[in-house]
Amino acid sequence: MNSDLNAIIAIAARDITKLLRDRLRLAFSLLFPLIFIGILGASLQANVGQSLGFNLLVFTFIGVVAQTLFQSTASGIISLVTDRDTDFAQEMFIAPISRYTIIFGKIIGESAVSFLLLFGVLALGLILQIPLDWPRLILVLPAGLVASLFGGAFGVLVMSNLSGVQSAQQVFPFVIFPQFFLAGVFNPIINLPPVLYILSRIAPMTYAVDFMRGLYYLGRPEYSKIVLHPPAVDLAIMAVYFTVMLVIGTRLFVSRDRNR
Amino acid sequence: MPPAISVTNLVKRYKKADTNAVDGVSFTVSPGEFFSLLGPNGAGKTTTLSILTTTLSPTSGTAQVAGFDVVKDSHRVRQKVGIIFQNPSLDQKLTAEENIRFHAALYNLYPYRPTLSMMPAAYRRQVSELTQVLGLSPSDLTQPVAALSGGMKRKLEIVRSLMHRPQILFLDEPTSGLDPKSRRDLWAYLAQIRKKDHMTILLTTHYLEEAESSDNICIINRGKVVALGPPAKLKKDFTGRHTSLEDVYLKIIADT
Repeated sequence: MNSDLNAIIAIAARDITKLLRDRLRLAFSLLFPLIFIGILGASLQANVGQSLGFNLLVFTFIGVVAQTLFQSTASGIISLVTDRDTDFAQEMFIAPISRYTIIFGKIIGESAVSFLLLFGVLALGLILQIPLDWPRLILVLPAGLVASLFGGAFGVLVMSNLSGVQSAQQVFPFVIFPQFFLAGVFNPIINLPPVLYILSRIAPMTYAVDFMRGLYYLGRPEYSKIVLHPPAVDLAIMAVYFTVMLVIGTRLFVSRDRNR
Repeated sequence: MPPAISVTNLVKRYKKADTNAVDGVSFTVSPGEFFSLLGPNGAGKTTTLSILTTTLSPTSGTAQVAGFDVVKDSHRVRQKVGIIFQNPSLDQKLTAEENIRFHAALYNLYPYRPTLSMMPAAYRRQVSELTQVLGLSPSDLTQPVAALSGGMKRKLEIVRSLMHRPQILFLDEPTSGLDPKSRRDLWAYLAQIRKKDHMTILLTTHYLEEAESSDNICIINRGKVVALGPPAKLKKDFTGRHTSLEDVYLKIIADT
């Protein structure tokens, strides 16, 4: 077998194995969707939903699907910082594989992890009886891989600038939580004050959320009230962002350790 | 035959540091040799090892390992060396065998499969042989690493580092934190594989008795080589009489 491919499979499989043994992470992965959809989405729908002209619960649910895929992959990549602190990273760094292979394996592994976590979110949708168009959602889900990989590139850029677990714990929430609001996971963002508008269009998560919503609502009457850009435009913006974040992040990651 | 390790005027200054952590170190290690690098904390031992194992770039100077330059040919160097780190580098959440399987895939020894039973028979045989030699039982292999004792973890790291049959084994304080019996078992095994596989070993340690059987000892202090030669010669040169290696070491460090 090709040596890089074998290493990528092993690195990815390690992440999946660890997820299945990490009950706390599994439980927490359901906590946020439960708050967003079950509490925030339901209360907004009950109070302001009727005036919006679309179902806010469905809107929030699709937003949470994209956010789960993006955020889970990003936070999973940041576990490389934990590996560095616990010295496990040395095992990977002294192996005859390139740093690019390590990064690629992590992105693939954490993308797979994000899809496993998504099953919990989908189950939540069934339990809470969100009025979703399930066949359409199932058709749209494979495109979620774009949101996962995009989150992975964002994670690589953040991770390459972190020095240890402590800084990861402090910095990651700071760069991810504001994006929930700026990307409009549970709040419509078509109309925003100028400053928030600019920040919202800078936040990478915006394009992952809008891309998923664009595909889900395509051809529906509420499309123009919800979706910011056509999916192809989101995809093009994400492609540029992805390349820039991955190239800068990987370069920093590769050079940082060896050139201490 | 080219030397197993060749280091010439190696210098490393960390960013934001005022002094060199490694300051013009030179030495050569022959194939099959047991070579010990001794020195107090902060002398530059681990920095030298990190450069030789390609995880750190030197500021200047050159180093070849197994005939390959550690900067230009780092990939090939990594294929030839095995390393036991000062701090255990095992994934605590995986089982012992999963850590070994991960290593085997990183070195492309066997195609990765999600379970042990799906791995090739040759892999299972090699793991079984190595674990038997080190006194690990098959049930130890299925334990999460977090449940293993310090001695077991060290043995596991050795099994793992030998999977790809390295020509040169780097041991960075491999017995720190081990009880006397585990230390003795470990050295008995290392002596055995050295003899059998003609493996070159570069050791850093604070237990000087572990370095007694070295072919050559290099003592470094403040980043510089202050003594280099076979243990018997060092004892003769520095004290003029037969004494313990520890006496010689303490005298050299005090004088420099």
